[in-house]
Amino acid sequence: MEARLAVLAARLEELLGAGRVITDPVRLRTYECDGLTNHRSTPAVVVLPDTAEQIAGIVRECAAAGTPYVARGSGTGLSGGALPRADGVLIVTSRMRRILEIDIPGQRAVVEPGVVNLDVTRAVRPHGYYFAPDPSSQQICSVGGNVAENSGGAHCLKYGFTAHHVLSCEVVTPDGEIVELPADGPGYDLLGVFVGAEGTLGITTKITVRLTRLPETVQTLLAAFGSIEAGGGAVSAIIGAGVVPAAIEMMDALSIEAAEAAVRCEYPPGAGAVLIVELDGPEAEVAAQFTEVERLCRDAGAFEIRIAADDEERALIWKGRKSAFAAVGRISPAYIVQDGVIPRTALPQVLAQIDALSAESGVRVANVFHAGDGNLHPLVLFDDAEPGAEERAEAVSGAILDLCIEHGGSITGEHGVGVDKSRYMPRMFTDTDLDTMQMVRCGFDPDGLCNPGKVFPTPRLCGEVPGVRRGAHPYEGKADLF
Amino acid sequence: MRPLDALAKVCGDVRPGEPAEGVLGVEPALVAAPENVTEAADVMRVAAENGLAVVPRGAETRLDWGAPPERCDLLVDTHRLDGLIEHAAGDLVAKAEAGLPMERLAEKLAERDQRLALDVPLPGSTVGGTIATGAAGPLRSLYGTPRSLVIGLTIVRADGQVARSGGKVVKNVAGYDLGRLFSGSFGTLGLIVDATFRLHPVPAATAYVVCAVSGPEDAHDAVQTVLHCAVAPSAVEYIGPSGTVAVLLEGVPDGVAARARQTADLLGENAEISGTAPDGWGRYPDGTTLIDISAPPPALRDLLTLLGPDIAVTWSGSGHGHVGLPAESTPDEVADVLGRLRDALGRHRGGAVVRYTPEEVRGEIDLWGPVPALALMRRVKDQFDPDHRLSPGRFAGGI
Repeated sequence: MEARLAVLAARLEELLGAGRVITDPVRLRTYECDGLTNHRSTPAVVVLPDTAEQIAGIVRECAAAGTPYVARGSGTGLSGGALPRADGVLIVTSRMRRILEIDIPGQRAVVEPGVVNLDVTRAVRPHGYYFAPDPSSQQICSVGGNVAENSGGAHCLKYGFTAHHVLSCEVVTPDGEIVELPADGPGYDLLGVFVGAEGTLGITTKITVRLTRLPETVQTLLAAFGSIEAGGGAVSAIIGAGVVPAAIEMMDALSIEAAEAAVRCEYPPGAGAVLIVELDGPEAEVAAQFTEVERLCRDAGAFEIRIAADDEERALIWKGRKSAFAAVGRISPAYIVQDGVIPRTALPQVLAQIDALSAESGVRVANVFHAGDGNLHPLVLFDDAEPGAEERAEAVSGAILDLCIEHGGSITGEHGVGVDKSRYMPRMFTDTDLDTMQMVRCGFDPDGLCNPGKVFPTPRLCGEVPGVRRGAHPYEGKADLF
Repeated sequence: MRPLDALAKVCGDVRPGEPAEGVLGVEPALVAAPENVTEAADVMRVAAENGLAVVPRGAETRLDWGAPPERCDLLVDTHRLDGLIEHAAGDLVAKAEAGLPMERLAEKLAERDQRLALDVPLPGSTVGGTIATGAAGPLRSLYGTPRSLVIGLTIVRADGQVARSGGKVVKNVAGYDLGRLFSGSFGTLGLIVDATFRLHPVPAATAYVVCAVSGPEDAHDAVQTVLHCAVAPSAVEYIGPSGTVAVLLEGVPDGVAARARQTADLLGENAEISGTAPDGWGRYPDGTTLIDISAPPPALRDLLTLLGPDIAVTWSGSGHGHVGLPAESTPDEVADVLGRLRDALGRHRGGAVVRYTPEEVRGEIDLWGPVPALALMRRVKDQFDPDHRLSPGRFAGGI
């Protein structure tokens, strides 16, 4: 290890105590990647703080040493947002996992960043509440990570993303201050931009989340269609009828085949596509809408519809969908999970184009998607033993993102940009757009030490703002007047 | 070249300002009304070249909010930026220019049985003004505020550069969300020229359950009853001084009817079901001073106790509300109510911000109260507007 990093590590150990600072190369390797395993980098130092004050201290030490740092929750991110820096410190929040307060009358809870998403729901379920964001990794992902990534999940179609369920964050800023960023305070909505900034604006140390009342009833159906087009038609019809389901998920034939091989979900044989539609809410409301959804599916050509009679049957319906990503391992030695978004109405057209891409390149693509909000998760399959196969798969995967942009969509709906997609950002945004976003970053982190190299392809030099003020701040002594 | 001439070269509608157009008494030297994003960008560029302080103006419904600008060399009026650029009904998305009045947007969207799920407390207000002031009403309980519904935003920066964030899909985490940052930024970071919104279907049926309550305890109990039951209301409001708790239910006809009955049963014999909203619903309370309050549900009892039975107030189950103080309130009385609100709500991690108040009061009170992370806000402001020419002094902390 470089001498200056060794000095920093020693200072951090003074700050945190023995056992909270890892420099042993073997142990450091545990942290070399997050959920996106094709990007790896072993951090120079890993720290395991217990408190916000400790994180503030760590950040101040890093700032003084000019050393970059990266925060990491459970490490389940899929865009390399928590990829460490070989020349930096990795701040792991997984020891900070206390639920500090549950306020049912106020419909909120205060949690530390390392608290596991599903643990919030487990804690408040007895009171009739839950924490709505439900990324697929919710059994292990942390709320702090959800904040960084603005995580969604299958049910965000109706309930929105993490940004809609966070009322306030306590944050350690890149200058080592601890500040509160409320959603509803005077001044700028800094929380609004902090959530989803992928850990580039600071580290959250305490999160006040909104709790959502558990629905009175949940109804789930699985509809099988001959083709993706027919399934897409059903989605359009459901949305067009003014129904807002809790979730609408679709899988194509290849992903059904994979799920079948992995978990024997026993979806209807011969299906070109299956659709899972879930409605939740008051019984009287759901009953009426469910009948309509069923009819719309039949009208769109569903040849079989299964309705979950109870939670067990519901779990069975979801089993195939939830296992789909991992299941693809059964039909392909390796694969890339893509995450792109298109306007929902472009679904049939884009899927046809993906098919064409696949046919041209000979690269197989399995499609799993949150159909209600046009969020595609194409799984691009390849054999990593075959020379050039990964490159070809990468090319197809990138071309799919181009299709998303062409149709007015996005290069990521929920996995984030991280290191994985920063190179695609200029395809979606102009230099000025990116420069403007980075003004926020320069305001928060002028030295660019907080999770550098993520989101943006090229960092903005924060000192280059024309007319930037030096010396006494023009507001000095004035603010108290207001 | 004089600024007026330089502006006239790039924008078809430029003229000197008039005394009646003063922003809280600060008369604009010039007024420019760009017709499109190119003109808007050119206007902002010329303003930058000439060091002009710029205040954006929509329909003037909230131009008297906040503090007066330190200077106003140029009002940028958005009334000619009034198009509905796109309504992708199948995608439940619409893109509108900043100057489009909210009611006109609503009419257009209603043609396809859709809506932007934001109340319009002040008739005439525009898309841009609604975003810039973060305005919302009772529907915020379920649908949120502009920050939740803006999915794409186009702005012109202080230097005249056009920047976009977000896009036209609801689910999108690419890049920073400037839509949320600009929501409620009161024209201090840039000029909003258009916005793309997430839409919702117009519900097939709606019903209000209205219940008279007697005093803070009763109000608290009624609100808590509704919040913790399974009827899934779209909004829960307290309206005072009449002392009414009202619940909005939206959905399919049979469902709404059943849920309305269920809600009325829960609220007891005073509850009535109505097809129309009660008086005061979705409006700011009367008065010449308007105070915006953040007060989570458990704070309602304290809030109503300190206000007493006569002060006008509306409060939403989402934990946000407004207090109106009458014209005869002296500066001391306003300061007193404000101080007590901040004390009481502060204990619930809430707060109080004065939106408008007569000039003689404004100078005597702190409009904003404690502003957390103010230093950070100033640094963000310095990045977007290093010369402090955009609505200077209008915002929290003198920003």
